[in-house]
Amino acid sequence: MKAYGNLKEKFIYMFIWLGAAFVAFTLLTIIAYVFVKGIGTISWEFITAIPSRMGKEGGISSAIVGTIYLTVVALLISTPLGIGSAVYLTEYQKRNSRFSRAVEMSAEALSGIPSIIFGLFGFIFFVIFLGLGWSILSGGLTLAIMILPTIMRTTQEALRAVPEEFRSNSLALGASKWQTISKIVLPSSAPGIVTGVILSIGRSVGETAAILLTAGSALGMPLLPTDPARSMSVHLYYLAAEGISMERAYGTALLLIVMILIINYLANLSLRRFTYRLKS
Amino acid sequence: MRKNSLWIVMALILIGFFVWITGYGSSGEPGGSQVTGSITIAGSSSVQPFSEILAEEFMAQYTEARVNVQGGGSSQGIEAVKSGVADIGASSRELSPEEKTPYEYLIAKDGIVIVVHPSNPINDLSLEQVADIFTSRISNWKEVGGHDADITLVSREAGSGTREGFETLALDKESVSDRALIANSTGAIRMIVADDRNAIGYISLAILDYTVKPLKINGVDPTAENILNDSYPVNRPFIYITNEEPTGLVLTFISFVLSEEGQRILHDEGVVMVNPSDDDH
Amino acid sequence: MNDFRKKPGIDRSGIKEVFIEGLLLISALASILAIFLIIIFVFAKGLPLIAKVGVFKFLFSSTWDPVNGQFGIATMIAGSLAITLGALIWAVPLGLALSIFLSEIASPRIKGIMVPMIELLAGLPSVIYGFFGLVIIVPFIRDYLGGPGFSILAGSVILGIMVLPTIVNIARDAITVVPREYREGSLALGATQWETISRIVLPSASSGIITAIVLGMGRAVGETMAVVLITGNVTRMPESILSPVRSMTGNVVLEMGYATGDHQLALFATGVVLFVFIIILNALVSVGRKERV
Repeated sequence: MKAYGNLKEKFIYMFIWLGAAFVAFTLLTIIAYVFVKGIGTISWEFITAIPSRMGKEGGISSAIVGTIYLTVVALLISTPLGIGSAVYLTEYQKRNSRFSRAVEMSAEALSGIPSIIFGLFGFIFFVIFLGLGWSILSGGLTLAIMILPTIMRTTQEALRAVPEEFRSNSLALGASKWQTISKIVLPSSAPGIVTGVILSIGRSVGETAAILLTAGSALGMPLLPTDPARSMSVHLYYLAAEGISMERAYGTALLLIVMILIINYLANLSLRRFTYRLKS
Repeated sequence: MRKNSLWIVMALILIGFFVWITGYGSSGEPGGSQVTGSITIAGSSSVQPFSEILAEEFMAQYTEARVNVQGGGSSQGIEAVKSGVADIGASSRELSPEEKTPYEYLIAKDGIVIVVHPSNPINDLSLEQVADIFTSRISNWKEVGGHDADITLVSREAGSGTREGFETLALDKESVSDRALIANSTGAIRMIVADDRNAIGYISLAILDYTVKPLKINGVDPTAENILNDSYPVNRPFIYITNEEPTGLVLTFISFVLSEEGQRILHDEGVVMVNPSDDDH
Repeated sequence: MNDFRKKPGIDRSGIKEVFIEGLLLISALASILAIFLIIIFVFAKGLPLIAKVGVFKFLFSSTWDPVNGQFGIATMIAGSLAITLGALIWAVPLGLALSIFLSEIASPRIKGIMVPMIELLAGLPSVIYGFFGLVIIVPFIRDYLGGPGFSILAGSVILGIMVLPTIVNIARDAITVVPREYREGSLALGATQWETISRIVLPSASSGIITAIVLGMGRAVGETMAVVLITGNVTRMPESILSPVRSMTGNVVLEMGYATGDHQLALFATGVVLFVFIIILNALVSVGRKERV
């Protein structure tokens, strides 16, 4: 196979290689820069102490807890709903029924909406209208709506990937529909579903605008779901935008990147199990 | 994975959550000597750092209580209190007639300082020059005696109490030019000005530090003294407002803020006390 | 999916089955409800204001003076478009190049390194990009290129990095789907690899590539935090790429503080415009996809 036909092609290939190198370089630069500037700030104290003086001193423990708390609440709400809807649509509805298409289209529409609109909605609806105030509840509910389409979609795909024989064999053996779903279909599609959930976690952790407007910006450690909380992204935003403490900003950024790395890794593991399962 | 039991467990957790939540109210009643409950202060981002510190000290003393501090801007704070989302609204400007409530508490005074980059040769401006610069009538530093460079304006967003105070007092109610870069807190303004040789902005006196240089106005230094005796014209009140007569935790907290201890904390942080019952300045 | 209930013989649909099906139906309905709630809410709040101000005036007036009741978002539409186009101008060629690289040129080993890298790029929170832009890009522009640093250029650079993974992934999917026979046939006829790519593979994948670009555009328009940190948020028509601008999304997040009356409704109205824009983009994508089959 002649790969390099002439000079022009050599040029093009060079450009492409350069492009790839550039992208790799950019990513490494961002991470290395944050790492170098932030590693000095990371310490056990940083992780466990509460920020004080607007974040100029202390650590970021409440932001870490806030991030986890918000994500957990969002998942508790959206995972049952998302999986339930997906199960209903794939198992109890004909493939192209009007109902399922309506739901799918709305889910797709939702996934394209900029996050700030969710924040706007969450602020007016949860914080003010429902009277939940700036709280983990408001933030978690808003986040839940944001990640719902992703969970629905990945669950649907996972369910659809389960071979039809599984279902028909199970029914032929006398199992009921729900037994089939709960004991055969769902477990088979579990890795795919889990992958979707993990990806949603990644999105929740990185979300800033919507949380800013709904979970508030209080610095204290959140205890009840009615307490306000900062997520790490929100905290980083404040530290950076107001120049409160650049060292802590870098430290927070570094921790965030590490979190995302871990989440990505877990998602990849889960995805690999998914494809492995399918093949066997 | 037993999907059945997992779902039941999840449902139970959800229900448990909601039962738990509804068991808690917001403002605490000080039953006896126990100060408990939680309140929310929302509003001015200029007041926010100080509310935070006051809240920290307060909660250190009353460990069962919880004071949550929220930003959002003076206008939002006033709105939040009226709609009940917050217990106390924090404002860094005077309230308009429509906004006024009978429960206003002046907790401190603060100056608005015009700042430039430390390397800027200018030290002093007249109020008129300030107005001309911020409305873009003057757009180059050389017109006021500096280098030949375009002036980069930095301002707060619409709805900010600081901005409104600035426009009322320094610009005689004119609006800041729409050429100005917009930052959503005076801390952010300080950061931008600290980095840009040609920038000029206005910040809260209380957060002034060495990264930027304050300008005198009409020859007057922006100091606490000059604010209290009104010779430095650009100052504004920090106000807490409530929608109704403060009771319970709200009352306890506001009393704390207005007490000698609270005022001392504020003073140490750089804000100007309003109850100078002692003699530290 | 076939209708299981038609199977003859064993009847398993007891009360429990119906109950569970009901529960699941409720989940589906709840999901739709949530989705519609947002759409209805935003439109219910935003449309009346657009009507009040007048569609043309809202979209094309460049006077944004909420204190005095002036709600023209032309400057912000311009801002959003400017940084989006600026981002696409360099992210599309680069993204295409990268997707070609990954699907046609790279060895499995290099792919194994680059693909996770791109995933990581895609997963980083937007504040981190904004932060990076604030401490590196903005001062760089200010010191070496002029202007305050907060600019369309800064926004384009950072947004470009952010939409790159989207473009790469979708374009790559489109390219890998092109049947092998196309490539093999082309090479058998004596074409070079590049000739094969440029004249056979890419055109076949063109609708997928367009999808990638459109979705990248959608992501760029919807980005908020990174943009707010580095574009200066000025409500003025930009004069050059070194001019500061405000995006529609930035406007919403900055002025939520003034959450009252018409001003608040105007922010929802901005949301409506954003929403409509994204819907149009999505519709274009769907149309493109249908044509492919």
